[in-house]
Amino acid sequence: MTTVDAPDRLPDHRKLGMTDDEYQGVINILGREPLAAELAMYSVMWSEHCSYKSSRTHLGRFKSDQPWVVVGPGENAGVVDLGDGWLAALRIESHNHPSFVEPYQGAATGVGGILRDIFTMGARPIALWNALRFGPLDEPRNRYLFEGVVSGIAGYGNAVGVPTLGGEVEFADRFSKNPLVNVMALGILKRDQLVLSAASGVGNVAILLGAATGRDGIGGASILASAAFEEGDEEKRPNVQVGDPFEEKKLIEACLELFDRNLVVAIQDLGAAGISCATSEVAGSGGLGMDVDLDRVHLRESDMNPGEILMSESQERMLAVVTPENEAEVLAVAERWEIDASTIGTITTGPELVVYSGGEIVGDVPAASLADDAPRYDRPAERPDYLDEAWASEPHVLQSLDAAEVLRVLLDDPAIGDRTWISRQYDHMLFLNTVIEPGHDASLLRIKGTKKALAISTDGDSLRTYLDPRRGSARIVFESALNVAVTGATPYALVDNLNFGNPEVPGVMWQFIESVEGIAWACEALDVPVVGGNVSFYNQTDGVDIYPSPVVGMLGFCEPMPEQPPRLDRAEEGMTIWLVGQDAQGDFAASAYDRIINGALGGRPCDVDAETARRVVEAATTLAYETPVLHDISIGGLAVALAEVAIKSGVGFEIEGVSGPDLFDETPLRFIAVTYGDELPTNAPHREIGVVGGDALDFGDAGAIDVAEAANIWRNALPRRME
Amino acid sequence: MTIAVVVFPGTNCEHDIVHALELAGADTEMVWHRDTDLRGADGIVLPGGFAHGDYLRTGAIARFSPIMDDVVTLATEGTPTIGICNGFQILCEAGLLPGGLVANRDLKFICEPVHIRVESTDSVLTRAAEVGQVLRIPLNSYEGNYVADNIQRIEAEGDVILRYSGSGGEVDDGTNPNGSTNSIAGITNAARNVAGFMPHPERASEAILGSTDGMVLIESFLASAELARA
Repeated sequence: MTTVDAPDRLPDHRKLGMTDDEYQGVINILGREPLAAELAMYSVMWSEHCSYKSSRTHLGRFKSDQPWVVVGPGENAGVVDLGDGWLAALRIESHNHPSFVEPYQGAATGVGGILRDIFTMGARPIALWNALRFGPLDEPRNRYLFEGVVSGIAGYGNAVGVPTLGGEVEFADRFSKNPLVNVMALGILKRDQLVLSAASGVGNVAILLGAATGRDGIGGASILASAAFEEGDEEKRPNVQVGDPFEEKKLIEACLELFDRNLVVAIQDLGAAGISCATSEVAGSGGLGMDVDLDRVHLRESDMNPGEILMSESQERMLAVVTPENEAEVLAVAERWEIDASTIGTITTGPELVVYSGGEIVGDVPAASLADDAPRYDRPAERPDYLDEAWASEPHVLQSLDAAEVLRVLLDDPAIGDRTWISRQYDHMLFLNTVIEPGHDASLLRIKGTKKALAISTDGDSLRTYLDPRRGSARIVFESALNVAVTGATPYALVDNLNFGNPEVPGVMWQFIESVEGIAWACEALDVPVVGGNVSFYNQTDGVDIYPSPVVGMLGFCEPMPEQPPRLDRAEEGMTIWLVGQDAQGDFAASAYDRIINGALGGRPCDVDAETARRVVEAATTLAYETPVLHDISIGGLAVALAEVAIKSGVGFEIEGVSGPDLFDETPLRFIAVTYGDELPTNAPHREIGVVGGDALDFGDAGAIDVAEAANIWRNALPRRME
Repeated sequence: MTIAVVVFPGTNCEHDIVHALELAGADTEMVWHRDTDLRGADGIVLPGGFAHGDYLRTGAIARFSPIMDDVVTLATEGTPTIGICNGFQILCEAGLLPGGLVANRDLKFICEPVHIRVESTDSVLTRAAEVGQVLRIPLNSYEGNYVADNIQRIEAEGDVILRYSGSGGEVDDGTNPNGSTNSIAGITNAARNVAGFMPHPERASEAILGSTDGMVLIESFLASAELARA
């Protein structure tokens, strides 16, 4: 940062995070200088977080044109068709900077926000997932952040009554001052319950439902989420919202009743930019206007000024558009569920959004301009120099390694060890849908009363994406596809959360564009539509950008669900172990072996081809209907995958014909299958590598370790660091 | 025969317990906390969740909900009444059961299947089970740690019906997930018609969910409601 002006001497628009050119753009739209409340609205709505101004140019690369897509990107959540009138809604969001400033509330309100995106569509939220990044756990502050974020997710998700079905976590130095907290939610609904956000009907009224509006979270979107961080920014705590899961629970039930009884025309949740965003979006997207009276907003503090009311990011609020005839009934539903409600606006022919306070006009702007006229930047991109050095190096692997020794170290790694320390804090069973719980490649949920089931996996691989954003990003899509496939599901739709550094840095912009290309290409290879996404830029602290961290959430769908879906704990003495998919190709760039054993990060991740991806994923989906154990091979390679099955099943393995290096190779698109018999019914490449039996993980010439010892190390990887 | 399932704002296990009760053949009716009449239900369930957000103290506000007058009246008259998890906490706050529940020993929420050993079949919740029987049922709570002033009397009078244990029925510190006094997982009142317990039997009601061990408790409760009605 080169600006040295003291904040109190900056012009108002700069204090609100707006550039001089953007300010001029507002003047051009209005034909005059904006009023204070108007400036507040534009500053938030045109922030990076709300407007996607640096990324929008590139997001058109994602395709969502499959016939089963009901609602693609742009609405609050993506929606896909599951047949027989059933739909699924999914969405992913980040809450990175708030979680660094205040980990418990930052994470909690991230959960609250993503749930509102789901029930805004008319869907009942049925499950949550998350993807987390922290600095190394040997630093006390990172432990504090990790513990706080997990508690926040648990505290909010458990109390609001939506189960958290899993997620993924990585630890690396560049996240110490910029942790990542991404949350994903899934909802289900019947087709006739679907509600969209565009208002219709001049004369309809806008009712604000839920919590009172207070001073919390003012400028969260523009100040916290759309700028890089510097030392001392923990003091931005007042910009973090505070969550109340009890209020949200009542709001969910009230809204679902409104939808069931067809009482609303349109609805929008209040998230970033609060009332400014919600009112302008429902009016603008319907091609209409709205008169809003701020005096009628129920407030927590009586002396708030119009700009504060418009920008407040107080949680647990929704804006419903209803016909005048239904207004009284909507207010009665709110009363029954014990939530506050106030009619704050009326739909007009527009196109202006006119805001009144104390009987005076404090804002009068074209409603659609707040969203549609936001600046768009095609920022310069340039391949960063670090890749030359990285690609020129080759990870060193000992040909004569002792697999037991390596495994002892790997199983103790917090990104590999047992995650029960986390998942035990989350209610992951509510609603009685959980067929496969956290701790497997994907979680699997049945839809009661049908033979349908949904599988979800969230995946990211920050170090591999750093070493090759395009290949790394394609590979996380394939990994998530294989993760849902081993439960019997077919990859069906994807949402992405693109966490990157400062987009004004050309190297970061290059990483971003390459990553988008990788995700888009891999999704096309599998015919998976991208139904929604989120971009989180400015993950930069003290001038250091995070590792580029795209995260994907894959929804898999199966009907009928396998009667006994594969699990990691179903290996039994006498079963045969198969390796299915690609052969090891010497893929050690960003591998656990290189990171943990060598303490290094270099090389170039191997490429993947579309035909292999399709074939291996299809093979897994098919095998899931008749195989007791299927397990994707990812972090730590074949050895770690085998260890996880052996530990969970409580039985040993005898492996033959796999070299030491091949045990830890992380070549993608392969999985293990464990089953009785001497044939595996698949067309995909496969070979027998051993049998189940004994008390040890016996890798033949490469070494052996007792399952009990491996289990002890693996189970204690997180607890020994956290307790 | 109808089982009333009481729903407070913040309750979240009502649909799940209804699912399990209906699997066992019961008719159910959800009753909102602001109602004042259980309409002579044959059995009452206070399900799990976070009634009134668990604000102030778990169950402390729920006991003042309007429906609680009729819950206390019917329970006192002998109607089979069970409280699961948050429902157990509410029964304690309402004075229908002794003691109370405080934060888990390690100050963390615990969601995992645990083993519980049946200590007595003299309750509406355990009449169809066998003493010593070990059930595997999920626990899901932050305040699951049972405490009471008069623990000796509770033990002496046989009010403890369920205890956390190992898979073989062994009871010790290592098999106590949350620090609960004497590993107590569930208790009954002197009249034996009110029972409260922390684990969620509805979460162990179908093989596809991993266990059907909860059904013996649900069937005990329904059999008790049938008997009380007769």
